Amino acid sequence: MSEPAVVLLEGVSKVFGKGGVTALQGIDLEVERGEFVSLIGPSGCGKSTLLRIVGDIVEPTDGEVAVNGKPARRARLDRDYGIVFQAPVLYDWRTVAKNISLPLEMLGWDRPRRAARIAEMLDLVELTGFEKHYPWQLSGGMQQRVSIARALSLSPALLLMDEPFGALDEMTRERLNMELLQIWAETGSTVIFVTHSISEAVFLSTRVVVMSARPGQITSVVPIDLLQPRTYETREEPRFFELVTQVREQLHATGADEVEKKLVQEDELR
Amino acid sequence: MSSIVTPASERSTTWERVRYWLPAVVVFALGIATWQWVLPDLMHVEAFVLPRFSDVMDALWVERAQLARGAWITFKEAIGGLVIGSSVAFLSALMLARWRPFGDAMMPYMIAANAIPIIAFAPITNAWFGLLSPWSKITIAAVLCYFPVMVNSLRGLTSVNPESIELMRSYAAGDAATFRRVRIPSSLPFVFTALKVACVLAMIGAVVGDYFGGSTESLGVVILSSVALSHYEIAWAAILMASLLGMSLYASISLIERYALSWHPSVKRRG
Repeated sequence: MSEPAVVLLEGVSKVFGKGGVTALQGIDLEVERGEFVSLIGPSGCGKSTLLRIVGDIVEPTDGEVAVNGKPARRARLDRDYGIVFQAPVLYDWRTVAKNISLPLEMLGWDRPRRAARIAEMLDLVELTGFEKHYPWQLSGGMQQRVSIARALSLSPALLLMDEPFGALDEMTRERLNMELLQIWAETGSTVIFVTHSISEAVFLSTRVVVMSARPGQITSVVPIDLLQPRTYETREEPRFFELVTQVREQLHATGADEVEKKLVQEDELR
Repeated sequence: MSSIVTPASERSTTWERVRYWLPAVVVFALGIATWQWVLPDLMHVEAFVLPRFSDVMDALWVERAQLARGAWITFKEAIGGLVIGSSVAFLSALMLARWRPFGDAMMPYMIAANAIPIIAFAPITNAWFGLLSPWSKITIAAVLCYFPVMVNSLRGLTSVNPESIELMRSYAAGDAATFRRVRIPSSLPFVFTALKVACVLAMIGAVVGDYFGGSTESLGVVILSSVALSHYEIAWAAILMASLLGMSLYASISLIERYALSWHPSVKRRG
C-alpha cells in the first residue's frame, strides 16, 4: 500500500452562518508528501478558509478532511502542522528566541532541548544573533522569518502558509521565496501556500490550484514542471512565462474579473 | 504608555536634561509664588478661600503627627479598596472573557451600573458595616475601582488578534494555556492604564468615605473638622497630604508597570 496523502480533502464545503454565504463548495484535493501546492484565486474564493480547514482551525460544514492519514482534529492535537499567517503574529512580550520556543514549551520540552532547537531554527532562517531582540526591533521580513522558524520548530510534516509574504516589498519577498524553497528542500516538508501573486505561485510550486469565488471551487490544477532547484534565473525562463500565462488564463476563465467587479459594486452600494 | 514624564533619552547630557526639566521647574516656581504672594497680597484672596502657601506649610509641620496618623488611616483604606476592587475586577473580567455568552448577558448591566454615582452610597455603607468600621470606606473605594479595571481588562483580554488565538489552537493549546500565554499578557497594558485611573478613584473614595464616619482620626475627618473650626490652613495641609498619597500611589503603579511591561516598545525605547 502506498503512503497516505499528507492532505486529503473530499467533498469539503463551508457555509458561514445559518443559510449564509457559501465560502467553499465540493472541494476535492490530494496533496502528496514533499509537494509544494499553491492555492490561488480572487479574493473571497475561500482559499484562506480552506487552509484553516486543513489546520482544523475552521470546521467544514460538510466533507472529509484527513491530514497524515488521520482526521484533521487528531492531526492538530498531534501538532502535525505548522502555520504562518500574512502578519507575523509574534507575541510582543516574548523575545525572538522565546517566540520560537513557545510551541516547544507547549509540548513540554526541557530547557536545554529547547535552546538547541531554537539555535538550529535561527540558523535555518539566518537570524542567529537576534535571540534577545523583541519583535518590534526587527524589520517586517525578519519578523516573518521568525514566524517561519516558529512554525518549523516542531519539524512538522506539513507547513500551512497564508499569504506569508503578502505584506512585504518585492525584493524581500523574492529573497524569502528563495529561503523558503531552501528550507523546503532541506526539511523535506510538504507546503500548502496561499497567495495572490501568480508569479510567486508558479515560481514556488510543484502544483498550482486555481480557485473561483462565490462559491469557492477548484476550477483547475496546473502542474509546474520547472526544474528543481529553482534559482533567480528560473523567473527568466520562457517556460516560467508560459506557465504564468497559463495560470493567468485559468484564473480569468474562472470569471475572477466578473466577481471582482461584482464585489466592487456591492461595496459601493454599501 | 507610562504617563510619568521622563527624559527623552537615557544618553542625554546633563545640559539636555536641565533644558528638558527647566520649563516644568519654572512653572512650579511660578505657581508657588502666585500662591504665596500674588493671590493674598495683590488679589486680596482671603485665607478662608485659600490660605497663604507658607501658612499651609506651617500647619503641615505643626500638625504633622495628626496629619500622618490620618494619612495612614486613609491610605490603608484606599490601598485596601484598590487591591480588593481591582482583583475582583480582573477575576470577573477573566470570567466574562472566558464565558462570552455570560459576558454578553452581563455587559449591559455592568455598563448601567457604571453610571451609578457610587459615592452616593457612602452614607449607606455605614449602615452595612457599622459606623466605626474601615470596611465601609474600603467598600466605596473598591466599588469605585471595580468598573474601570473590569471594563479595561475585559477589553484587553478580548481584543487579541484572532490569528494569535488561531496560532495557539494550532499548538493544541487549551483555554487555560491560551489565557495564560496570550490573553493575559496582551491585556496587561490595558490593565495598567485602568489601575492608574483606579488608584486616583480609590483615594477619592477613601476621603469621601471618611466624611461620613469611621475613625475620628482619618484624613477626611481632619479636613472636615478643621473647616468647621475655621482652621483652613490645616484643611489645606490635609488636602496636600491626600494629594501626595495619591501621587505616590500613582507613581508606584507606574513603576510596577515599567517592570511588568519591560517588553513593551514604549518602555523599551526609553531605555
